[in-house]
Amino acid sequence: MRRSNLTRQRLTALAFLGSFLFFSPLTLVFDRPVALLGIPLLYHYLFGAWALIIAASAWILRPDRE
Amino acid sequence: MSLGGPLIAGIAFAYLGLLFALAHWADRRADQGRSVIARPTVYALSLAVYCTAWTFYGSVGRAASGGLGFLAIYLGPTLVVLLWGSLLGKMVRVSKAERITSLADFIASRYGKSHLLGGLVTVIAVIGVVPYIALQLKAISRSFTILQEYPAVVMPDPAATQPIWHDTAFVVALLLALFTILFGTRHLDASERHEGLVAAIAFESIVKLLAFLAVGLFVTLGLHGWGGGSELALAWVSRAGEDAAQALIQPHLGGFGDWFAISFLAALAVMFLPRQFQVAVVEISDERHIQRAIWLFPLYLFLINLFVLPIAMAGVISFEAGGVDADTFVLTVPMALGQPWLALFVFIGGLSAATGMVIVETISLSTMVSNDLLLPALLRRWGGLPPEADMGRLLLRIRRGAILAILLLGYLYYRLAGDAYALVSIGLISFAAVAQFAPPIIAALYWRGGTREGALAGLAAGFAVWLYTLLIPSFAKSGWLPLDFLDQGPFGIAALKPQALLGLEGLNEITHALIWSLTANIGAFLLVSARRMPDTEELAQASAYVDVFKHQRRPHQALWRGSAEIAELMALAERFLDKERARTAFTRFANSRGVAKAADLPADAHTVHFAETLLSGAIGGASARVMVASVTKEETLGLDEVLDILDEASQIRAYSRELERKSQELEAATAELRAANLRLQELDRLKDDFMSSVTHELRTPLASIRAFSEILHDDPDLDVEERQRFLGILVSETERLSRLVNQVLDLAKIESGHADWQTEDVDLAEVIEQAAISVGQLLQDGALRLEMILAKGGGALVRADRDRLMQVMVNLLSNAAKFSPPGTGFIQLHLEGADAGWRVSVTDNGPGIPEAELERGFEKFHQASAGGNKPLGTGLGLPICKQIIEYFDGRIWAEVAPGGGARLVFELPLGQRAPGGKAESK
Repeated sequence: MRRSNLTRQRLTALAFLGSFLFFSPLTLVFDRPVALLGIPLLYHYLFGAWALIIAASAWILRPDRE
Repeated sequence: MSLGGPLIAGIAFAYLGLLFALAHWADRRADQGRSVIARPTVYALSLAVYCTAWTFYGSVGRAASGGLGFLAIYLGPTLVVLLWGSLLGKMVRVSKAERITSLADFIASRYGKSHLLGGLVTVIAVIGVVPYIALQLKAISRSFTILQEYPAVVMPDPAATQPIWHDTAFVVALLLALFTILFGTRHLDASERHEGLVAAIAFESIVKLLAFLAVGLFVTLGLHGWGGGSELALAWVSRAGEDAAQALIQPHLGGFGDWFAISFLAALAVMFLPRQFQVAVVEISDERHIQRAIWLFPLYLFLINLFVLPIAMAGVISFEAGGVDADTFVLTVPMALGQPWLALFVFIGGLSAATGMVIVETISLSTMVSNDLLLPALLRRWGGLPPEADMGRLLLRIRRGAILAILLLGYLYYRLAGDAYALVSIGLISFAAVAQFAPPIIAALYWRGGTREGALAGLAAGFAVWLYTLLIPSFAKSGWLPLDFLDQGPFGIAALKPQALLGLEGLNEITHALIWSLTANIGAFLLVSARRMPDTEELAQASAYVDVFKHQRRPHQALWRGSAEIAELMALAERFLDKERARTAFTRFANSRGVAKAADLPADAHTVHFAETLLSGAIGGASARVMVASVTKEETLGLDEVLDILDEASQIRAYSRELERKSQELEAATAELRAANLRLQELDRLKDDFMSSVTHELRTPLASIRAFSEILHDDPDLDVEERQRFLGILVSETERLSRLVNQVLDLAKIESGHADWQTEDVDLAEVIEQAAISVGQLLQDGALRLEMILAKGGGALVRADRDRLMQVMVNLLSNAAKFSPPGTGFIQLHLEGADAGWRVSVTDNGPGIPEAELERGFEKFHQASAGGNKPLGTGLGLPICKQIIEYFDGRIWAEVAPGGGARLVFELPLGQRAPGGKAESK
């Protein structure tokens, strides 16, 4: 059960990171009329950060090897 | 080809038929005990019922006008699920323990099992969610109408509405009512989850995701000139400069506050929408499934949003600005590109999104309505105990009626509202309504305070503000109410303008409403809760909720006093649940308490609580309490008693922790003691060995002394020569004896550490020479030759005790002398420098020491024989030398000398040079 404490801490930290990535002035930095491959920069940033958070949480919650 | 109405309708109904079959199959498997849905992936997919037709169609609509706000609805939940390990885990644990079947039950059970509270929650849920259901039905109807016109893309005429029996939405509503009744009300007991239902929902989540991805991929490939949408690429190039396209590629976040507020709102909604609570908490089969959902659910949300922008782009360039509603792009783009089957797939996807939401919301709302609105009203009318014998059947009928009523109500709202603002914008407005449940629920899990009245006040205040700032203004914006109270405030009071309360302007209406409603909610909750202490029931439930992860023993058992009869409790249970089920449950409970038959159960607090919990699953906590109270006689505990009991419980926990710690310390101490004991025993044994050796050695000379003394005494006529000889023996034996005793004492003193050591700088060479002189006589007697090779240079200084060193040298030399053959004996004494000190070796040419005995010579009482039987020494000489040498950090050992004799060697580390290099004198 000790491992679950570490997992919980990591997930909470990730939640903070996510909040910062999405809801802080950092987001506004990317709110510019720039487009990569025809897609606005802000989309790239938001979806990229989103994918990062999902991947990180999947990694944190990977099942223990025996 | 054209897609006629009948074809589309046929496919839609076939799809619904597929869902029926799937649910039926899953239920059958569950009954056999081979559940299909007990997998974490299915759980995560069922959570995706969060994505309804509103988001299936609406996300693209918002993206097309350049708003990114639609993403906020998904980002909030992505972050909040990261905290679900503890938050949702706690909710699930509590719900399983208390047999909670709905949001209303969760809140009401916590705050004193109040009927009023449950009723209020139900009312808020119904008012907040039924319009949302209406929106889904509208989406079904609209998408059907649009698809019907294929290959033309025409927006449905809002003025012309179909008669009810022609309206697909109506038929769908009826079918959904049937589905929900069939698969959601099979039994009353809530420990039965609705496996078939969940299977259907999970399947629908897959279908809607696939449909959206299909369109997305098609469009994306098309925009780049591949696949069937190659005209898209051309169109994009040609129209990229227009306004609509420009808006698309320069998205804005909107106000930053709105961006955050909507995310926060969505984070609350993903937990507290009735349908979310139903799938996440009530239907969950295994707590551990939450783990996978934490990343799988956000992944789903990510995927279903990935192609929103490409589809919006495709829509913008495919149609003249304003010609086609952006909300319909998901459907109309495939139509415009000549893909009827893709369009059909999208229609089915939208149908899945809508029907999934409707089914689950209806189940949860109907449970709340039957348990927390209708049943309490009925109970009041019957004044307590219901007259009917089989309440179970009646309750099921009530629940089914509720399902039908809710669906019809939703349809009615859709027909009445049409295209009004009050329907179109209901999505976030619903979210704001259910956000009012957040304060009492979060407080329920983490705060021991909070009273029934406090929760009531908070909910009522929040709901009232929500009504005033969101719902009523939406009616006004739909033209159902005069608009001026919106623009100028009621009675012209500007500070009370519904969407700019107290002058808070410039905010999105949702953000504005959220701020004020949550403030009113939390404020009223705290203020009113502070008016009195929580009572017995509230305290007990507070403990049950907040400490759910710690409690082994429920506090209820300690906090209930009264009397009851088992037969009555069982009869009560059988009234509401299946007779079989009730009996089985009681019997299993009896077995767990070590009693064979249910009838033999003691009617104590534990049993009563069990009965109450069992009933809660069927009729809700508040009603269960009332029912059980009617068949038992409870003594009310005073508040002080309750607090004492609860305090006691926490004190006991603290004590037991102390005890554990103490016992661990004790164990460590015992282990140490045992080790020490073993050591002592070992030493004791060594001491005994020593004692027996010594006494043996002492006895031998004593015996001969006695023998010879007796001879001398008994025989006065012994001649002088004999007498002299015997006396000589006596003398030497006594000498030997006293030598032995001295050595024993010496050794004992050294070993016990009581010897007097006078450590000083000693000149080894000088000591050696002195020793040689003192054994001179011995040497002469045996005609032995002594050769001394001493290191050159002055002063072989060591730190030692001079006398002791003499003792060692004399011992070594006399040993050598003893064992050297007389006449030819040759002793060599060598003093030389060694690694970090001085080495002295004494070599003789006697018989030597066999290899095997090189070490044994240093053991106490070991005697080497010199070719004769008579021992030549005491056996303690070498041990004493060893002790002395080792005391001064030296080494001593025996070797076989070249030539066969024995060589004794010792080394001593360098001593300090006194200033001037002279050895200090003693």
